[in-house]
Amino acid sequence: MATPVRAPGRTAGPGKNGKVGGGLLDPMQLLTSLPDAVRKLNPVTLWRNPVMFIVEIGAVFTTVLAVTGPSVFAWAIVVWLWLTVVFANLAEAVAEGRGKAQAATLRAAKRDTMARRLTGWRPGQDPGSFETVGAPELRQGDYVVVEAGETIPGDGDVAEGIASVDESAITGESAPVIRESGGDRSAVTGGTKVLSDRIVVQITQKPGESFIDRMIALVEGADRQKTPNEIALNILLAALTVIFLIATATMQPLAIYSKAGNPGIPDSLALTGDGVTGIVLVSLLVCLIPTTIGALLSAIGIAGMDRLVQRNVLAMSGRAVEAAGDVSTLLLDKTGTITLGNRQASEFAPAPGVAVEDLAAAAQLASLADETPEGRSIVVYAKQAYGLRERRPGELDHAEWIPFTAQTRMSGVNVSGREVRKGAATAVMKWVRDHGGHPTSEVGDLVDGISSSGGTPLVVGEVLDGKARVLGVVHLKDVVKQGMRERFAEMRKMGIRTVMITGDNPLTAKAIADEAGVDDFLAEATPEDKLALIREEQRGGRLVAMTGDGTNDAPALAQADVGVAMNTGTSAAKEAGNMVDLDSNPTKLIEIVEIGKQLLITRGALTTFSIANDIAKYFAIIPAMFAAVYPGLDALNVMRLASPQSAILSAVVFNALVIVALIPLALRGVRYRPSSAAKLLSRNLYMYGLGGIVVPFIGIKIIDLVVQFLPGMA
Amino acid sequence: MSQALAGILFIGSLLVALVVTHRPLGDYLYRVYTGTRHLAAERVFYRLAGVQPDAEQRWSVYARSVLAFSAVSILFLYAFQRLQDRLLLSLGFPPVPGHIAWNTAVSFVTNTNWQAYSGESTMGHLVQMAGLAVQNFVSAAVGMAVAIALVRGLARNRTENLGNFWVDLVRGTVRVLLPIAFVGAIVLVASGVIQNLSGVHEVATLAGGTQGVTGGPVASQEIIKELGNNGGGFYNTNSAHPFENPNGWTNWFQIFAILVLPFAMPRAFGRMVGDRRQGYAIAAVMGVLALASVVVLTALEVAHHGTVPQAVGAALEGKDVRFGVANSGTFAAATTLTSTGAVDSFHDSFTALGGMVTMVNMMLGEVAPGGVGAGLYGMLVLAVITVFVAGLMVGRTPEYLGKKIGSREIKLASLYFLTTPALVLFGTALAMGSAEQRASMLNGGPHGLSEVLYAFTSASNNNGSAFAGLTVNTPWYDTVLGLCMAFGRFLPIIFVLGLAGSLARQAPVPASAGTLPTHRPQFVGMVVGVTVILVALTFLPALALGPLAEGIL
Repeated sequence: MATPVRAPGRTAGPGKNGKVGGGLLDPMQLLTSLPDAVRKLNPVTLWRNPVMFIVEIGAVFTTVLAVTGPSVFAWAIVVWLWLTVVFANLAEAVAEGRGKAQAATLRAAKRDTMARRLTGWRPGQDPGSFETVGAPELRQGDYVVVEAGETIPGDGDVAEGIASVDESAITGESAPVIRESGGDRSAVTGGTKVLSDRIVVQITQKPGESFIDRMIALVEGADRQKTPNEIALNILLAALTVIFLIATATMQPLAIYSKAGNPGIPDSLALTGDGVTGIVLVSLLVCLIPTTIGALLSAIGIAGMDRLVQRNVLAMSGRAVEAAGDVSTLLLDKTGTITLGNRQASEFAPAPGVAVEDLAAAAQLASLADETPEGRSIVVYAKQAYGLRERRPGELDHAEWIPFTAQTRMSGVNVSGREVRKGAATAVMKWVRDHGGHPTSEVGDLVDGISSSGGTPLVVGEVLDGKARVLGVVHLKDVVKQGMRERFAEMRKMGIRTVMITGDNPLTAKAIADEAGVDDFLAEATPEDKLALIREEQRGGRLVAMTGDGTNDAPALAQADVGVAMNTGTSAAKEAGNMVDLDSNPTKLIEIVEIGKQLLITRGALTTFSIANDIAKYFAIIPAMFAAVYPGLDALNVMRLASPQSAILSAVVFNALVIVALIPLALRGVRYRPSSAAKLLSRNLYMYGLGGIVVPFIGIKIIDLVVQFLPGMA
Repeated sequence: MSQALAGILFIGSLLVALVVTHRPLGDYLYRVYTGTRHLAAERVFYRLAGVQPDAEQRWSVYARSVLAFSAVSILFLYAFQRLQDRLLLSLGFPPVPGHIAWNTAVSFVTNTNWQAYSGESTMGHLVQMAGLAVQNFVSAAVGMAVAIALVRGLARNRTENLGNFWVDLVRGTVRVLLPIAFVGAIVLVASGVIQNLSGVHEVATLAGGTQGVTGGPVASQEIIKELGNNGGGFYNTNSAHPFENPNGWTNWFQIFAILVLPFAMPRAFGRMVGDRRQGYAIAAVMGVLALASVVVLTALEVAHHGTVPQAVGAALEGKDVRFGVANSGTFAAATTLTSTGAVDSFHDSFTALGGMVTMVNMMLGEVAPGGVGAGLYGMLVLAVITVFVAGLMVGRTPEYLGKKIGSREIKLASLYFLTTPALVLFGTALAMGSAEQRASMLNGGPHGLSEVLYAFTSASNNNGSAFAGLTVNTPWYDTVLGLCMAFGRFLPIIFVLGLAGSLARQAPVPASAGTLPTHRPQFVGMVVGVTVILVALTFLPALALGPLAEGIL
C-alpha cells in the first residue's frame, strides 16, 4: 500500500493570520545529508556555483600552503575553509534530501505493473481479446482494461466505464474518487488503484514520462533549472566575486611596498616581506565574497518548490514559482474558490398569511427526499434557524416520496392527504395552478426580488384537503467562504487585483462580487472570454494567475503566467498548466502567490544580509593584516579582537557558521505577512540590512573570545 | 565672524543657490532634450554634417556615434598639439611631446582634463581655445547626451529608439553650455578674472629675479572648466591662481558652477520619466552623500591634530589664505564629487584623512552629484543595483520605474560598476609593483602610496585633479593613465547605452501597492548604503595602506 506523498511535511499549512508557514528542519537531516554534501565537493559539479567554486580553489590553495609551511593557525584556517564549502553543499543537500524522501514514497507507487492491453478494440465495441504486457511497453493510444483491485498501469483517460479510484499514492487523500468516461473527470493517473468496477483506459503518456515520473523528477530536483531571477542574481554575485578578487589581488604590491618601508618590523603570520601570506589573502577573499547567499541560493530555490509540494502543489518549473510572486492579477473561479461549492438556503420568505415556521417545516419536509446539495441545505437551515428536527424519510408512515429530477424540477412528499412540493418557481407555481390554486402577486414579487438580488428563489407549495396554495419562497444564495473578504483585502494591500470568474449573469455576479470584496468580475464567462481577459491583462504588463480543470480551460491555463490545474481535471488541463494542485482546491492559488513572494523575499533578504556582513569582516581582517606595520590601523580593530591570528580565524569561522545558522531560514523562508511593499521593505531592511551589519560584529567577537585560547593564536 | 560661522554661511548659501536653480534649470534641460524643434543654427550644422536630426538611433548606433565622435576628437586634438608650432598664436611654444599630446588629447575628450603639462608654458592660445576649450564644451555635452539616452531608456516603452546622439550633442552645447558659459564668463570678468590674448610678460619679482607671467583668455575657459566639470586650468596651479580665481566670491561662484548642472539633471530625469518624485529621490541621494563629504572633509581639515595646524587652528598648508579652510574644503569636495578636478588648494597637502575623503568621493564613482550627465547615469546604475539587491525583499522580481531588472540588465550594470575599480586597482598595483614607477613618487611611506592611488583614481574616474607630488609626465604614466581615462570613460558609456537599449525595449509593468517604491527616504537610504558598502568598501584595503595608515596615528 502506498503511503501518502506529503507525509513528511503534512502539518505544514497556512498558519494563523494567513501567514505562510513552512516545514521545519530536523537536525538529523543535517547529519544524514553530510555524505551528499561531501560528494558535492567534486569541482565538476561545484563550478556551477561560482562563489563556492572560488572558495574551494582557495581551500585547495591554502591546504598546499599549510602542508609546506604548517602552523596551527594555517591548519585551522584550512579546516574552516573546507567546512565553508561543505556547509554550503550541506544546505543544498538538505533541501534536496527532503525531496528525495518524497520521491522514495512515489517510487513505491511506481511498481512495474502488468497491463492487459486490448487488441483491435475501438470504443463502443465489446472488449475482445487482450494480451498481458509490462507497463513500460505501453504506447500512447493503447487501450488497457483495469478491474477492481488492480493498479492503473499508466496515465490516460477513461474510454469506457466508471470506477472509484484510490488516488492516495499521488494526493495523500484516502477518500476514493470517481472516474468515468467523457467529461472532465476522465483522467486517471498511473500508479493509482481501481477500487470498484471496471474501466477501459486509453493511455496518453509516452513511456517513462508518466505523471509520477515527472513528480519524482520534480521533487528530487533532478531537472531543476535556474530561474531567470536566480540567473541574474548569480551574475551579480559573480561580479561581486570578481571585484573582491581584484581588490585582494591588487593589494599585494601595496602590501609589499608598505612592509619594505618599515624594515624594522618582523615578519608575522599575516604579513612578510613577500606581502600578505597566501593563507590570510585567501581568508580575506573568502570573507568578502558573498558566500552566505552563494551557499544558500540553490537551497532557497529547492525549498521554495518543496514548500509547494508540502501543500500538495507540484510546480512544473521554478520559473512558475517565481512568476507567482510577481502575479498582479488573480483570476478566481467563483464556485469552490470564493463561494462554497453550492447555493444554500439563507432565508424563508412566507406568503401573506403563512407563518414562517410553517413554511420552514413544509420546506424541510419537501426537501427530505432531495439529495441535491441545495435540498440538503434547506433541511439543515430549517434545523439551525427554527430548531426543526431532521426527520428521516423512513420515519413517516405511508409517505410517498417524490425525489428531485431534472425534468420535474421539484421534490416533495405526499403524506396523510397532504401534498407538499418545493422546487423551481415556475414549476411549483404551475403545479399549484394545476391543482386549482392561485398564487398571489405578492409571491411573484418575492420571487422577482430574490432573483434580482442575485439569489435563486425556490417556491414551496402544498395541496391540503384539495386546496392548493403557495406557502412561500426559499431564498437560496451563494455563500461566500469565511475569511475571503479579508484575504482579498490583503491581496489588495499587496497590490494584487482579484477578478472573479463566473458563468452567472452579471446581476448575480455583481451581488457576489460585492459581498466577497473582489476587485472585478467576469460574468457569463466562456473559456474564450477568460483567454481574452488574460491576454488583455498581459498586454498591460501584468502577470496573471488562474486555476482550471476542464479541457476548455487548457488554452487559458497555458496563456496564464501561473496556471494551476486541478488534479481532478483532464489531462489536457494538467498538460497546459505549469502547476498541478493535487488537492484540487482552487483557493490554494492565494497560497501559491504567497509562497512565490516568500521565495523572492528570502533570496533578497539573505543577499542583503550577506553583503552587509562585509563591513564587520573588513574591520576584523584589515587591522589584523596591517596593524603590525602601521600601528595606527589598530584603531580599526573596533571589536578589540585578541590577536591578528584569532581575528582572521574568527572572521573565517563566523563566515562558515553563519551558513549553517541560516540553513533553517533558507529552507523555511523568511517570515511573510501580506502587506504593502513599503511595509515589507522596512521590516526586512531593518532585520536583514541592519541586522546584517550588526550581527557579525557580535558573532566575530564571541568566536574570538573562544579561539584566542587555541595554541598559536597569540 | 568666526571661522565656523563663515564656513556654515558659505556652504549654506551654496545649498540655497542650488535648491533655487535646480528647478528652472532642470525644467529647461527637460525642454531642451524633449523638444522637437531645431534652431536655425542647429539646422545649419546638421546640414553640414549630413545628419538627419529627426532620425532616431538604436542603442548600438548611438554608442557608435559617441565613440566615433570621441575618436575623431582625440585624433584631432593630438594632431593639433603636435603641430602647434606651425599654427597661429603658438606663443613660440614647440610641439607637445607625443606621450603628453596623447595623454592630453584623451584627457580632454574624456572630460577628465588631467594635465600632465603646465598649461601656460606648454600650450599656445589657439590650442587652448580651438582645441581644449572646444572639448570642454563637447565632452560635457557627450556626458549629458548619454545620461539623457539612459533616461529615455527608462521612460520609453517597446522601442529600439534612444534619440539621436548628434542632436543631443548639439543641443547640449548650443542651448545649455554656451549660453550659461557666456553669462558666467561675464560674471567672472566682472569679478576680476582676466580675459585677453596677451603673451608672456617678464616681471621683476621682489626677490630680484624675473618671472614670466602669461595672460590669456582665462575667464571664458574658466567658466566652462567648472560648468562642464572639466577642470583643466589655464594655468598650472588651476583655480589657486589669482588670475583664474581672484577672490572669495569667484571661489563661491566656481563651486556653484561646478554643481549647478549635475544637481539639475535629476530634475530633468524626473520630468522625463513622468514622476518628479523619482528625480527628487536621486537628487536626495546625491545631496546626502555630498553634504556628508563636505562636512567630514571640512571638519577633518579644521580639527587636525598636527603641531602646526593645532597652533594656527586648522590645516592651512597648501590652501590659499584668500579662501581659508572651509572654502577650500568645499571646493575640494565639490571638485572630486563631480568629475571636475579643478583645484583651488592642494589635496596633497590636506590632512591624510581629508585627502582620503577626496579620494573616496571619486571612488564612489563620482555620483554625488557626479560629472555633467555622467553623475546621473552612474547614480541610475547604482539605483538599478539597489533595486536588484533590496527590491527582492518586497516579494517581486526587481523592477525600476516599471522596467524589469533581469539578467541582461544586471550584467550590464555589474560590468559598469566593475570597470573603474578594476582600472584603479590594477593601475595602482602595476605602478606600486615596479621600482621604476615608484621612483616618480615624491614621498615615501603611505603618503607616496596615496599619491599613486590618487592618480589612478582620478584618471579612471575621469576626474582630472592631481594629488601632486607624483611626477606623471613620464611616457609610462602618460600612456597608462591615458588608457585608464579612455577605458574609464568609454566602457561605462557602452554599458550604460546597452542598458538603456534593453530597458527601452521592455513593456512597462504597472506600479501597484506591491511595487517597491523608489521615491521614498527608505529608498534613498538604501542607495546610499549600497553606494558606500558595495563601491567604497572595495577600496578599503588600498586606502588602509595609504591615507588611513598615514592619518590614524
